[in-house]
Amino acid sequence: MSLLPWIPVATLAGAVLALAAGARSAAAARAVAMVTALFGLLAAGVAAARFTPSSELVTLVDVPWIAQLGIRYHLAVDGISLSLVVLTAIAATAGVLFSWTVAERVGEFFALYLTLVAGVYGVFLSADVFLLFVFYEIAIVPKYFLVAGWGSTRREYGAMKLVLYSFAGSALVLAGLVWTYGAGGAEGFSFGALTEAAARMSYGENVAAFGLVFFGFATLAGLFPLHTWAPTGHVAAPTAASMLLAGVVMKLGAYGCLRIALPFYPVGFAAWQMVIGWLAVAGIVYAGLVALVQRDFKFVIGYSSVSHMGFVMLGLATGEVEALGGATLQMFSHGVIAGLLFAVVGRMVYEREHTRDLVELEALPMHRRLPGAAAVFVLAGLASMGLPGFSGFPAELKILTGAWAFHPLWAVGAAGGVLVAGAFTLRVIQRAFFGRFSAVPATAAETPDQAVVPTRLTLPERLGALLLLAATILIGLKPDLLLDWIMPALQSPAFHFAASRAVP
Amino acid sequence: MTAASLLTALVAVPWLGALLLATGGALPARAVRALAALASLSTLVFGALLLARFDPAVPGLFVETRVPWIRSLGIDYHLGLDGMGLLFVLLTGVLGPLALATTLRRAAKVRAAAAWFLLLQGSALGVFVALDFFPWFICWELSLVPAFFLIRGWGGANGGAAAYRFVVFTLAGSAGLLLAFAALYAATGTMNFADLAQLRATGELAGKLGGLGTLAPALAFLGVLVGLGVKAPLFPFHSWMPATYAEAPVGVSMFLTGVMSKMGVYGFFRILWPIFPAELRAHAAPLLVLALAGVLLGALAALRSGSLRRMLAYSSLNHVSYCLLALFAVAGAGRADGVAVESALAGALIQAFNHGLSAAALFFVAGVLEHRSGGTSDLDRFGGVRAAAPRFALLAGVALFSSLGLPGLNGFVGEFLIFRGVFALQPLVAALATVALLVTAIFLLGFWQRVFHGPRSGAVTGTFADLDAAEWRVLGPLVFLMILLGVAPQLLAGLVNPLATAWAATLTLP
Repeated sequence: MSLLPWIPVATLAGAVLALAAGARSAAAARAVAMVTALFGLLAAGVAAARFTPSSELVTLVDVPWIAQLGIRYHLAVDGISLSLVVLTAIAATAGVLFSWTVAERVGEFFALYLTLVAGVYGVFLSADVFLLFVFYEIAIVPKYFLVAGWGSTRREYGAMKLVLYSFAGSALVLAGLVWTYGAGGAEGFSFGALTEAAARMSYGENVAAFGLVFFGFATLAGLFPLHTWAPTGHVAAPTAASMLLAGVVMKLGAYGCLRIALPFYPVGFAAWQMVIGWLAVAGIVYAGLVALVQRDFKFVIGYSSVSHMGFVMLGLATGEVEALGGATLQMFSHGVIAGLLFAVVGRMVYEREHTRDLVELEALPMHRRLPGAAAVFVLAGLASMGLPGFSGFPAELKILTGAWAFHPLWAVGAAGGVLVAGAFTLRVIQRAFFGRFSAVPATAAETPDQAVVPTRLTLPERLGALLLLAATILIGLKPDLLLDWIMPALQSPAFHFAASRAVP
Repeated sequence: MTAASLLTALVAVPWLGALLLATGGALPARAVRALAALASLSTLVFGALLLARFDPAVPGLFVETRVPWIRSLGIDYHLGLDGMGLLFVLLTGVLGPLALATTLRRAAKVRAAAAWFLLLQGSALGVFVALDFFPWFICWELSLVPAFFLIRGWGGANGGAAAYRFVVFTLAGSAGLLLAFAALYAATGTMNFADLAQLRATGELAGKLGGLGTLAPALAFLGVLVGLGVKAPLFPFHSWMPATYAEAPVGVSMFLTGVMSKMGVYGFFRILWPIFPAELRAHAAPLLVLALAGVLLGALAALRSGSLRRMLAYSSLNHVSYCLLALFAVAGAGRADGVAVESALAGALIQAFNHGLSAAALFFVAGVLEHRSGGTSDLDRFGGVRAAAPRFALLAGVALFSSLGLPGLNGFVGEFLIFRGVFALQPLVAALATVALLVTAIFLLGFWQRVFHGPRSGAVTGTFADLDAAEWRVLGPLVFLMILLGVAPQLLAGLVNPLATAWAATLTLP
């Protein structure tokens, strides 16, 4: 029997248990969270081992829920959702490992954390639009409390901005979908029913509804210029939450675009295609340039996430199967790499040095104080730069390929983004870990900050970093592991848009 | 050992050495040095084994292995070697251990330096044996990482800035390569160098690439050109180079100019020319001007440079530009005199090898001078080295005259062949390039006179010692090879002539 359909429920149950256990002891809550995360990893692993790639969504559970409206509790999986479930399992497990030192209200922290994870699993497995939307909302609410309760740097502001953007985005999505349900006369909220309903809409309605749904989801995916919640939110969030926010929650938006907006409204998509593509290219380059001049270490990573998600959106914008596969692979890849980068900044460096200011870090011999963190960050940075051998490379290559086939100038713009990513990553590696400490006057060496040698990386930190690094390198050297799932799924008729070339 | 596994081992052994050193914990310094030397010398051993299998009668690949790797991207694990690849493998085999020994000699943190260096050496070898874009690009990009850390961690006071600049420039080139190969893949479904060249030869590539848009062929060509041009470097993409060569630790400078710049030259022959011959021919005139600018301005800048290693860096720009000049002259000529084409192409490859030897030797000489003088690199601070260190002066003199192209030493052969070929193909360009020969003679002889002749002065005091045993072990083999390959140039020509003949034959076909 497959464990996959139980993941969302089991994770929610884990959240309740963690809350209960947290009332007794922090260690018990941690253990519950760890076990729940590992259950997800196990279930995803078993499902992956048994998975047979196909072009169809394979139903896991399908029971009526709100019969009058034709709403069903319908979970299903294909290669795309499975890749993202595996990503969620990896990121959630690593997140618990990097939250080992959370000391305040541990039970509540992990309860919220697991609720968020459960919502994410649910979104990726839903085959009913209403259900998907419910899980989507379940994922949004805990974000506010996690950031506002355990965050840093203007956390109330960051949390509020994050949640307002998320709610505004989901309101647009809801409006678009309900409109389609009504105007197209759908019989239910299944993917098929809504696709048919959308096809019955007039051209103008289709274009408008696509706009609502796509840009609603794209807000969460961090599409320029709707991205501004992302850097502030990621910086304000506690480490595990920023790992999940950038690593997985942004993927919810991209997944919504890929699973719902594009297949439901191919006509509307064709009308918006050029706009989306240029916004994606602008986001890749703009966010990269902003990352190049940040002084806060975590803001560099925050903006780099926006830049990398731009590649996902670019892949979607081309509508080419190659590039859609690349976009899905990039979702996985960025999920892992962003998790790693935020873990180094938030947990390994900030918790020990109590600063993320690159000017202050530059004055410390960080590579000697924290050699482990430096090594992990260098590897993660190389992955983030899109070096071949790491998972980002095949993803970006496939996206560029699709961009070439659709609009060569998008490819040129995105290649410029690859260069900028190299520059800002190199800059932050240099500043944060290999700074000009030798130039610091001798007196500075006697300040208490420098005299205290930070502790070495703990076992949970090592395990978490190892898990994420192994994932990015494994997929970098053998992308077929995921592409063999993803590409057949994209053969489904749902993804056959009448993609026309922008440039003849 | 099968020929195919030899190719894998060639790259893997230095990498394994690096991994062992990086994770090996606290080994005694002697063990670290021994292990590093063994891993580095393995290249020469495998190179010799491969040389034994080389068949001059076969102009193409004499060893090859090809296994599917990433099906969904049409990527193969494809390695192979022809005479040209073998030439550069042997160059790496000679320079790698010598540059490593130089780097480790006085280095702090020997274990880390050795690990980074071996990673660099293995990556360079990968570039010379990989025939599919993916493995090739892994090695091409991976080589930047150790170079970055070696320059910033073991280099001069401004090593950090130089390393950053070096890597960002090279990354700009890499973005161009990525863009170009994404276009090639979008058009053809393969990124394999041999397959692409084949598609090009049958004429299919042009149509497919043109199908991506009218700009696509030009953009793809430009992407590859810039990517390789930054590395070689081709004027005006060289501006990262003087500071990098001046700030890097001496051993690393030897490897950068001796081997890494050849990665770019090699790419021009392996990738740009076979896949984009028509574009290369159409743009041969401006490219010839760039190569000529590199030849002339490199020599003139070296003449004006008052600092040891910057002078040598510009001299490298000048010497490497000869190789590109020859290629562009041939590519632009179309159907032409077969002897001239053959001569220019063989000359370019031989020049690439010989420049590797003499430039590495000269950087080592500069390193010795800097070390003896307590770190100064100002040319005016030296004088009378010959009186203080006669043996050192003798070996340095051989290296200088080899770089200058004196007949009887190795440097002469390549330049002679290049000039012979280019004179027949592009007389005016060749005539202008001879000016650079004169300028090179002036600045190298000027360097010789200022630093080595006359009474001791400046930094050359009574304590200026002659070469010690370790320095002999580096400079001795290099000078020996310079003399050997000067007297018996057929040793190198035998490797590249079959290829040059075959290339010339395809060019002169109707």
